[in-house]
Amino acid sequence: MSGGSGIRFDRVSVAYDGTTVLDSLDLTVEPGEVMALLGPSGSGKTTALRAVAGFVRPASGRVFIGDRDVTALPPHRRGVGMVVQQYALFPHMRVEDNVAFGLRAQKVAKGEIRGRVAEALEMTGMAAYARRHPRELSGGQQQRVAIARALAIRPGVLLLDEPLSALDAQLRSGMLAELSRLHRELPDMSILYVTHDQIEALTLADRIAVMDKARLRDVGTPRELYRAPRTAFTASFVGNANLLPVTVGAEGVAFGGTELKVATGDAAPGASATLCVRPHLVGLGTGPNQVAGTVSEVQWRGATHRLYVDVAGHRVMADLRELREPPAHGDSVLLHFAPDDAVLLSAGVTTDG
Amino acid sequence: MLVHSRKGKWATWAVFFLLFLPLFALPLLVVLAASFATNWSSALPSGFTTGHYTAATRGASLQALTTSLVTAVTASLLALVVGTWAALAAHALKKRGRRVLDALFMLPVAVPSVVVGLAILVAFSQPPMLLNGTRWIVILAHTVLVTAFAHQSVSAALARLDPAYEQAAASLGARPSYVLWRVRLPLLLPTLTAAAGLCFALSMGELSATMMLYPPDWTPLPVQIYAASDRGALFTGSALAVVLMTTTVLVLFAVFRIRTKASYR
Repeated sequence: MSGGSGIRFDRVSVAYDGTTVLDSLDLTVEPGEVMALLGPSGSGKTTALRAVAGFVRPASGRVFIGDRDVTALPPHRRGVGMVVQQYALFPHMRVEDNVAFGLRAQKVAKGEIRGRVAEALEMTGMAAYARRHPRELSGGQQQRVAIARALAIRPGVLLLDEPLSALDAQLRSGMLAELSRLHRELPDMSILYVTHDQIEALTLADRIAVMDKARLRDVGTPRELYRAPRTAFTASFVGNANLLPVTVGAEGVAFGGTELKVATGDAAPGASATLCVRPHLVGLGTGPNQVAGTVSEVQWRGATHRLYVDVAGHRVMADLRELREPPAHGDSVLLHFAPDDAVLLSAGVTTDG
Repeated sequence: MLVHSRKGKWATWAVFFLLFLPLFALPLLVVLAASFATNWSSALPSGFTTGHYTAATRGASLQALTTSLVTAVTASLLALVVGTWAALAAHALKKRGRRVLDALFMLPVAVPSVVVGLAILVAFSQPPMLLNGTRWIVILAHTVLVTAFAHQSVSAALARLDPAYEQAAASLGARPSYVLWRVRLPLLLPTLTAAAGLCFALSMGELSATMMLYPPDWTPLPVQIYAASDRGALFTGSALAVVLMTTTVLVLFAVFRIRTKASYR
């Protein structure tokens, strides 16, 4: 319908009873873009989504959908589709009536409703269940109906609030693939996807906005955030990370007395900084940038072994492809990583030591 | 049941029957027995007759039954509308306003119904609101008395209703009125029918306020029962009581059948 309308938060703050739950958020979701709001619970990500839907009123700032300032509009005049964690299908209506609800409420011509309901159910693979009641469906099926119901009104913007968190792991990865496919079929629709699950965010999003404690911490493509995180919070929340306190040297950094060769960018020598190394990029044995330590714990995870190694009083995690003969607790081991695989966190550099 | 051992279960059942039978079942059975009797001077009633029922289902008594039914149906429907409306309005208010409104609607329950009857009598005996002497003053009193219960149960149900439903409806473009009729009220239907049943039953049995208000041409059945027992016609009164009881139970049964249908969805 509305050929691609993005979302723009312009210094949006929300407070409940004096507590700020969203602190001057500035964020733009481009038309057709999938933006994931990623953060722990209480980070303000759901509040941001609800501000777009119109269920919370910002204390200050503006919310735009496309070119429209919707800050003062009631929810029913915003034209967004929304899918929530608990689905909220109307229990007293059949699947087809649930999907037709928005169209009937908006007084779409009767002849057109039937076609659009069928289309939405077809798209989500639920056409065979049109006559059922929600209680007769499984969780995954209910989720599909909830998505069909939101898509039937052909929204320019789709809001997804933890849509997969009530599903089990296997269904979840299936639904992730479904959501990607839906977005390929509806490339003009912007999606704002709230989640605390980094895998969902990495899989689905064009860009990820990382939130913590009511504030936006970082925005970037999944690749940027994963490969070159700016802050320690982003590094540890988007994927796992070893965060090592280091001192910047002339051609690398010093970690617990060991010189490590990494790109230091424009960090001044002598400054304290944090080095981020992904556990799966750490190798066992000799190699470049090697450090010695003692194994403090070994976890077998099927396909991988996770080693916790004490290096100069710091715990370093290493995810290794399943080892024939894993080291035992207390063994001395050597760990190494390629210089390209380590990132000096730019936001973590302080000169005062 | 929370009691698990076999002995414990037996003991619980025994206590239940010991309390339930004499307190609840026996008095009702006595009324039932008396309604078929002409004489009760020994342990058991004697002189079996159905004559009281013949009298109780025609003439003035039949009139009184219809009066009661019309009063109770009208009052409970009015109470349901007013109570639901008030509960919906209170739900949209902030905390303090909600509390004030809830307290206001609880007032008729807190105040003895005799007082409510007297208050209504005094208030509506003067023009321009002259209702005294009409059937409407009885219906009004019943409505005032039972609205509290309708309001109470609808408020409780509204508090339990997941706001996700109305939010989902609103995000789909439904105006608040459309959400109310298509989503919120249908979801409240089980509660609404239960509240209607409760109001109906309460109104069918209302006596104390009615006594102060009823005009000669609008005598509800409880007043008739009272009059019968007052003049010593206990057996006639019993028959009338059984008729009242049966009618109420039958109507409630019908209402709750609708309710089960509604809550199955």
